[in-house]
Amino acid sequence: MSVYNQNRGGIIQIIIGIIFTILIVQLISLQIFSSKYKLAADNNAIYRKIIYPDRGIIYDRKKRAMLENTISYDLVVIPNEAKGVDTNMLCQILKIDKATYSKRIIEAIIKNTRVKASAFEPFLSAETYAQLNENLYRFPGFTLSERSIRSYPYNTAAHVLGYVAEVDVNFLQKHAAEGYEMGDYAGMTGLERFYEPILMGQRGVTRFLRDNKGKIQGAYEKGIYDTLAIAGRNIFTSMDVEVQQLAEKLLQHKIGSAVAINPKTGGIIAMASSPGYNPNLLTGNQRRKTIGRLLLDTARPIYNRAIKGQYPPGSTFKPMGALIALDEGLITPAYGYNCRGSYGACGDPRKCEHHNPGHAANLQLALAYSCNSYFLQVFRMAIDNPQYHNAKKGYLKWKEYMNAFGFGKKLGVDLPSENRANIPDTAQYNRDFGGAKYWNSCYMLTLGIGQDRMTATPLQLANAMAYLANSGFYYTPHFVDSIENEDEEDKLMLEKYRTKIEVTKIAKQYFDVIKEGMHDVTVIGTAAFIKVPGHDFCAKTGTAQNPHGKNHSLFVCFAPKENPTIAVAVVVENAGYGSTWAGPIAGLMMEKYLNDTLTNESKLKAENLSNVDLMPAAIKSWYVRNNKTEMLTPLEYNNDELADVWDMEMLSEIAPTKLALDTPKKIDTLPVTPPSKPVPSSKVNKETALDPLQKKKKVTKNKNGKL
Amino acid sequence: MVNYNNNNFSKGTDFAVILLYVIMVAIGILCIFMVEYNPNLNWSNSFLTAKTNYSKQIYFAIFCAFTAIFILLMDSKVFTALSNVLYVLGILLMLATFVLGKDINGSKSWIPIAGGFNLQPAELCKIFTALILAKFISKPETDFSKLKSHLIAGAMIILPAILSVMQHELGLALVYSAFIFAMYREGLPPVILVALLSFAILVIATLLLDPTVLSIIISVIAGLIILNLIKKFKRNKNSILVIISIWAICFGTIKYIVPYMFNNVFECYQSTRIYSMMGKEYDCGQNVKSANKTTVNKKAARKPDDYNVKQSKIAIGSGGFWGRGFLKGTQTRGKYVPAQHTDFIFTSLGEAFGFVGTFTFLGLYLFFLFRLIRIAERQRSTFSRVYAYSVVGIFFFHIAVNISMCIGLFPVVGIPLPLISYGGSSLLTFTVLVFILLRLDADRQMVLR
Repeated sequence: MSVYNQNRGGIIQIIIGIIFTILIVQLISLQIFSSKYKLAADNNAIYRKIIYPDRGIIYDRKKRAMLENTISYDLVVIPNEAKGVDTNMLCQILKIDKATYSKRIIEAIIKNTRVKASAFEPFLSAETYAQLNENLYRFPGFTLSERSIRSYPYNTAAHVLGYVAEVDVNFLQKHAAEGYEMGDYAGMTGLERFYEPILMGQRGVTRFLRDNKGKIQGAYEKGIYDTLAIAGRNIFTSMDVEVQQLAEKLLQHKIGSAVAINPKTGGIIAMASSPGYNPNLLTGNQRRKTIGRLLLDTARPIYNRAIKGQYPPGSTFKPMGALIALDEGLITPAYGYNCRGSYGACGDPRKCEHHNPGHAANLQLALAYSCNSYFLQVFRMAIDNPQYHNAKKGYLKWKEYMNAFGFGKKLGVDLPSENRANIPDTAQYNRDFGGAKYWNSCYMLTLGIGQDRMTATPLQLANAMAYLANSGFYYTPHFVDSIENEDEEDKLMLEKYRTKIEVTKIAKQYFDVIKEGMHDVTVIGTAAFIKVPGHDFCAKTGTAQNPHGKNHSLFVCFAPKENPTIAVAVVVENAGYGSTWAGPIAGLMMEKYLNDTLTNESKLKAENLSNVDLMPAAIKSWYVRNNKTEMLTPLEYNNDELADVWDMEMLSEIAPTKLALDTPKKIDTLPVTPPSKPVPSSKVNKETALDPLQKKKKVTKNKNGKL
Repeated sequence: MVNYNNNNFSKGTDFAVILLYVIMVAIGILCIFMVEYNPNLNWSNSFLTAKTNYSKQIYFAIFCAFTAIFILLMDSKVFTALSNVLYVLGILLMLATFVLGKDINGSKSWIPIAGGFNLQPAELCKIFTALILAKFISKPETDFSKLKSHLIAGAMIILPAILSVMQHELGLALVYSAFIFAMYREGLPPVILVALLSFAILVIATLLLDPTVLSIIISVIAGLIILNLIKKFKRNKNSILVIISIWAICFGTIKYIVPYMFNNVFECYQSTRIYSMMGKEYDCGQNVKSANKTTVNKKAARKPDDYNVKQSKIAIGSGGFWGRGFLKGTQTRGKYVPAQHTDFIFTSLGEAFGFVGTFTFLGLYLFFLFRLIRIAERQRSTFSRVYAYSVVGIFFFHIAVNISMCIGLFPVVGIPLPLISYGGSSLLTFTVLVFILLRLDADRQMVLR
């Protein structure tokens, strides 16, 4: 029998062979042809812990730290391990209710999964930290983690320094390749944003092996894939904390901006924008309370007017206009205009502040007295330059000069979102006046006195002063002089701030004439009462008309007259004469910078000036309305005008979601309901409210009518 | 001659098998070491402290070595003589577990013995069943071509299997189907194999396809066959009856037997595992056992999870071609695979040594099995041959099911990998199985009854 069944041994071997082949085929498919399992294993087991280096410090020109790092604590939770937590006590310490507790746990799970740590309450106050630390054993799964946050010992330069904030989804999408993760912090505005890669340093990654319960088993592969955290590098700016503080103080209760540049390097000494805010309000747990209020404030305290505000330069433009005419050979310094208090060559006479004959007998005098007629005439000569045959070409040449002076273009300062302001294009005039043939210098006459559609940022104005101070060149204005351990890449980046920009080739003697004229402004002219003790300086006042209310007060200057080291531009919105408000501010800033201190007299002046309230009524009334609603009084101001002041683009850039809260535009966007429907229904409602019986009658009437 | 063999057991003993056995046990200890390895502990010390599983396994292996030597020194006639007694003893022990049993991992199949060790009688019963089957078939009066003998042999096998099922050890019960190899070799008609295979395919098809669709397909096939062979039926009317009865059985299986199996015989988790293998979800609400349980325990039916298989596949798959290296497998180090030192031990090997490792390992096993078949075929006595084929069957079944389960080809059942998985009972059983065979093989010239 066994002989008979001999072949069955072979069959059994074949069966075994087949099954083993199936096993091996499946192993081939698992181990050789599927790469997903390796990935799945890594996802399971490798826990990447990111080590955050300290951010770099930003110093001023005297190596004073404008911001520092301090330690703050976060309460961090691993949801999976948070079992048996004394929630009552925790909620009591954090002053939250239980619903908030569960909500935050769920948020943490959504954000970082159950087994990873997420922040439960960031930036604990010292008191809360102490309480939590004492009772931490009651809260399994919760830990206190250290975090480095910014602090600003001088409470100053908020706009320039910018702030650091937690990255959001938008940010992650925009900077996908830079390795940010949910929960990271990054510079969002100002220098913090611009120099983010340098300040941030290099984050270290330590890989750990994690077991099935999320517990760390030890280093992965003995740490050969780990990278060390490299601290952010410090940056050294050309700013002067004290001048900055003074500028901010002087601009208190006003809307405006002040910029001071060192013409020798292009380094910005101070850049203030008012209203501002204390940068310490946007760090740590303060941020949550403050940011919304700042974003919604109608005076826009987080808006950096120095690089974004667009102001008509007014008379401060006059030296530039003269320079163009001189260079084109249209006038000589001796050129005079017989001004009798107005300029009538273009029909409708334009007013001049001065009537006495001879106040514009030559360029120097015309500058000193800021004669409108003189500069209108000079502008017309430039546009109607016979050399170019038509006004369009003349205008283009004029615009080329303006761009060379740094107007109407982004200067390239090392801050994000700089505005180019406006030097109008011929296309704009062509459109408005129906073609190139139909306009001439009379149509945009007031460009000659810095009005019309010409706008400039305070930074551009200060830069133009630096250009004049240097007699024909400037350096791109910037904050950062040097970076710690500067490497080739940094040098490349800073290269543009170290290159002299010398587009025009205007003869030095012309600059000398302009400088003399501007010096006369401070001796016999519109700014004669502004003094910088120990220094001669050159200046030009400006009083710019604008459609939003009172004239803007402007002042540009540079000092000392010989070998200038500071160029300043100050704008105070809706304040009046340039010499009254902007002038003294610029004067005090120069004094502070050049003398390192203020005289007692100047200190008193500064104190008085800082207390002057020049806020426009519209903004004041907004504060009244929004902070104390019950005290709302019918104030006379135009809602549309306010809307005009608002720069919607800027708001949407910062907080697109908050935009809906803006009052003025909201009404326009409301869907217009077709009027036909609601009217009859409201009628019916009214009728029912008044007399139900009457309505009934009506209905029956209708019925009858139909029948 | 018997005496001569007893005095010098090395004579006639198959050393290739012993070598393979030692290699397997060594690989097993290595794998358990990989699973338990903790870089913070001094492993050289912990090897001997009997506190870790791998050091325990070493002690088990030493104990097994002594047992093996003891078996090799025994007289081979003992096995034929005692087979009946041992079988009865085994059955009694299994019954005793219902009284003395200790609950380990949800199955009540362990008897606690001294020193914290536990004995699983169901494991030992495999040996005894192999012996009694060999004894029964080798009896001169047994004609294994008769149905009666098949039924008796079947009863011998099914009895411990049923007891295992009652102890919630489905895996162990399934192992008893491995004796089909031995029975087939001794004359079980191939029809039965084909029928069983067809039944298995039918069950899988039922799970994969919609029952109604499947019944229509089966009916159409039956109809076509009848139409095709209609002329033959005129001559032979029996064949039409055969076809109709096969159709009826298929139909009954689809409609009644498969749902009954899943809802009444299997536990909820077992049904769930099988369904999840097929990529489907099983509704535990239909399961009678889980329904009873939920009323008692007030516990909701567990969510269907294929966590084990998923992690096991990740571990093996992440090994790639060359493996992640000894002690470098993250799945193993992170303890992601449940029961990795016992039923899922293959995953640690697959992760650390990759396809190269698993292929070599399967090659070793295949060589081992073919070597055993060669031994079986060279026996003069039926007893030894039947026993040898039983051993082959048991080993093969364990290997095939265990590895299939690790790589997602078979639902998860608690079946250890022979000689590799951690566990004293399992190691001892396989040692005894192999060494009794070697002892019998050493006396292959004798005719044992």
